[in-house]
Amino acid sequence: MVDNDFLVMRGISKSFDGTQALKGVNFCARLGEVHAIVGENGAGKSTLMKILAGALHRDAGEILLDGSPVLINSPFAAHQLGIRAVYQEFSLVRHLSVTENILLGQMPSGRLKWLLDWKKAHQQAEEKLAEIGFTGLDVRTQVARLSVSQQQMVEIAKAAVTRPRIWILDEPSAVLSQEELNRLFEVIQKLKQESALILYISHRLEEVYQVADRITVLKDGELIGTVSPREADQNRLIRMMVGRDLGEFFPKRQPRPGEEALRVQDFSREGWFDKISLSVRHGEIVGLFGLVGSGRTQVARCIFGADPHNTGDVFLEGQPVRLRSPGEAVRMGIAFLTEDRKRDGLVMNCSIVDNASLATLNQVSKFGVLDIKKRDERVQEKVEELSIHPTQISRLVRQLSGGNQQKVILAKWLLSQAHVLIMDEPTRGVDVATKVEIYRLISDLADRGVGVLLISSELPEILGMSDRALVMREGALVGEFTRTQASEERLLACAAGVVQ
Amino acid sequence: MKPSFFSAAWRLISGWLFTRGRGGVDLKRRWIDYAFFGAFVILLIVTAMMSDVFFTQRNLSNLMRQTVTNGLLSLGMLIVILTGGIDLSVGPIVALTGIMVAGFSNQGMPLPLALLICLGVGAAVGAVNGFFIARFKLQPFIVTLATLGAIRGLVYVYSDIPITPTDPAFRASLGAGMVGPFPIAALIMLACFPLVWFFLNRTRSGRAIVAIGGNEEAVRLAGINVTWNIFLAYILSGLFAALAGVILASRLGISQPSVGAGFELDAIAACVIGGAILGGGGGSTFGTLAGVGALGMIDNLLNLFNVQSYYQQILKGVIILVAVLARRKQR
Repeated sequence: MVDNDFLVMRGISKSFDGTQALKGVNFCARLGEVHAIVGENGAGKSTLMKILAGALHRDAGEILLDGSPVLINSPFAAHQLGIRAVYQEFSLVRHLSVTENILLGQMPSGRLKWLLDWKKAHQQAEEKLAEIGFTGLDVRTQVARLSVSQQQMVEIAKAAVTRPRIWILDEPSAVLSQEELNRLFEVIQKLKQESALILYISHRLEEVYQVADRITVLKDGELIGTVSPREADQNRLIRMMVGRDLGEFFPKRQPRPGEEALRVQDFSREGWFDKISLSVRHGEIVGLFGLVGSGRTQVARCIFGADPHNTGDVFLEGQPVRLRSPGEAVRMGIAFLTEDRKRDGLVMNCSIVDNASLATLNQVSKFGVLDIKKRDERVQEKVEELSIHPTQISRLVRQLSGGNQQKVILAKWLLSQAHVLIMDEPTRGVDVATKVEIYRLISDLADRGVGVLLISSELPEILGMSDRALVMREGALVGEFTRTQASEERLLACAAGVVQ
Repeated sequence: MKPSFFSAAWRLISGWLFTRGRGGVDLKRRWIDYAFFGAFVILLIVTAMMSDVFFTQRNLSNLMRQTVTNGLLSLGMLIVILTGGIDLSVGPIVALTGIMVAGFSNQGMPLPLALLICLGVGAAVGAVNGFFIARFKLQPFIVTLATLGAIRGLVYVYSDIPITPTDPAFRASLGAGMVGPFPIAALIMLACFPLVWFFLNRTRSGRAIVAIGGNEEAVRLAGINVTWNIFLAYILSGLFAALAGVILASRLGISQPSVGAGFELDAIAACVIGGAILGGGGGSTFGTLAGVGALGMIDNLLNLFNVQSYYQQILKGVIILVAVLARRKQR
């Protein structure tokens, strides 16, 4: 058994600032398998993988490849050993073409050594993409113009140039729609057939079951166990991950929709979406589903005044309003939780208290001067209410795990006491336990009369949470389903434009 | 002086160079954060003790007076750097307000009024910077580079010859005035540091400015008026430059239209030595004060040891590089 293990990580330990992130983890994996690594945020998955990829140095332990110990002290050393990592944040040069990105550092030269042979380069890049089974992309395109999933394919193709034996895919699916995910799985199968080892980190258990041959569970920096998907069902896996039963995943609630809170009428933004009309009542959770690129986020941003719209009206409590900036929207009682917390949700270099109080500074200040005590108390209260860890509000948000970062954003909007809450992918990249907490929180807010517009590309989330589900496709609203009408098949067919 | 200066410097640099490596990263960072300035200050004090002139009251109050200009400019610069910007135009503002206040004085205008007008002029130049940067999202470097040239031209339009104020009160008040052993100008500058600290940490705009440098879009989506706060940052920078200009004119007793060349670089250097990050996301008033003090002391000490000013510039360059290297982000 052990003889089969190509990769052996033995007794790996790592600590950051006194917190033990990994406690003597023993991890083994074989060639030709897709090995999923799951665990809550902060369980140590990413740390373990970063040590393997040479991005972090281990404090203790050893790594063996094919039975012989290796020294991995830099990403370059890892590359040399055939280990490649594809992270959530891509390492692409955005303003260069696909070709240049794939062949970065090894562009073919022409007859003259210092001239590039572009024709050959484009050809080679196309071949690399075809090798991982990805065609239909113009390699002359600037990477910045590609969709996220296309960028991911470029990233994988780029890594594939060196023919790695071990692949580390860190949350590769976080930004993909179902269709794109299937394409990724095909690529993974292809890599597997070439007898590579694929280490697959994900929060989404459904897809782990779809793709993995074996699953390793980490919890609090320790390896809990390695199981095969056949012998352990999702509930058991979740128990292993959190060490307890979660109970109901989605909270049960009796929706009591009240008056109309938010309505948009014939809302359009040229080139993005067209003639969207929707409404959210107080105490109602309206799900907005659509594939990536369907325009969901744009609609939300325009309602919130973050981007301009061309035509259409917004009504709050039945009154027409003109929201020209997020500031106006916040003052009118709208909150907007964005989908990408690093890009536009948090100031990573600032503290929990700075971030959590950002939307409500005017509530804790007089003539522009802050009442620090009041601010801190209010934030501290929310930190405890949402059980954000660590509880010291002076900690930098950068040092928090993804789930806790998301809770800080939630705290920010809870403090604003908005009566309309727009949430764009509120559970993206957070662990299962936090997910459940966030669902409870959304449900509580709705029960207290907040109107919630929940944007998500996770079908179970839309189905489990919404009282009413709307579907967008290519910038248009194409379907509306009540809770009883909605089903995974129907929503997906509607979003993909398949006639049933 | 030489052996101890170099051995201490070597220990500083070698410690930084050779403690690299795994496991040592976290420890090293802490070491740098707390010890960098400690070591530096000790080094300077040791050097200072070797000079028999340094600790005379005359030299110390001179030192304080000389750091006033850079101290004030650095405060404005810090605010701007925190938003993720930069203000290259502070040098010409110093010249403009300096020459204007001298001109006003010779026209018989009461000093407080002249001071007020000059502060207004500085704020106005800052407002021009801020308007183009905040409203039209132009790059701060380009906009303030443009005003750097334009304002310098304006100075020469106002007067292409130095102006010497005849009123004796002009020098007595700000430039040469003392409260006990302390120069008034230095007290004003020192008072500005806690004021800016208060602004940055205890006011709505201050917190917004700090956050904007970290993630402008997140701040905007939190409902904060980013345009206004960036605008405000440049106005404050202009204001501090104007104050520095007036005080400098008063200290020198003569206003040259050519004064202030390269002042923006010293201010940026002080902020950066104090831990500010160009592009936003880091910086503190305390660090900046330390940076201002360090740069001032280097100038002063090298003068006392009769080192040519060209060598001073070289040394300053080296120190900036070492400071930034030592504080560079570790993975």
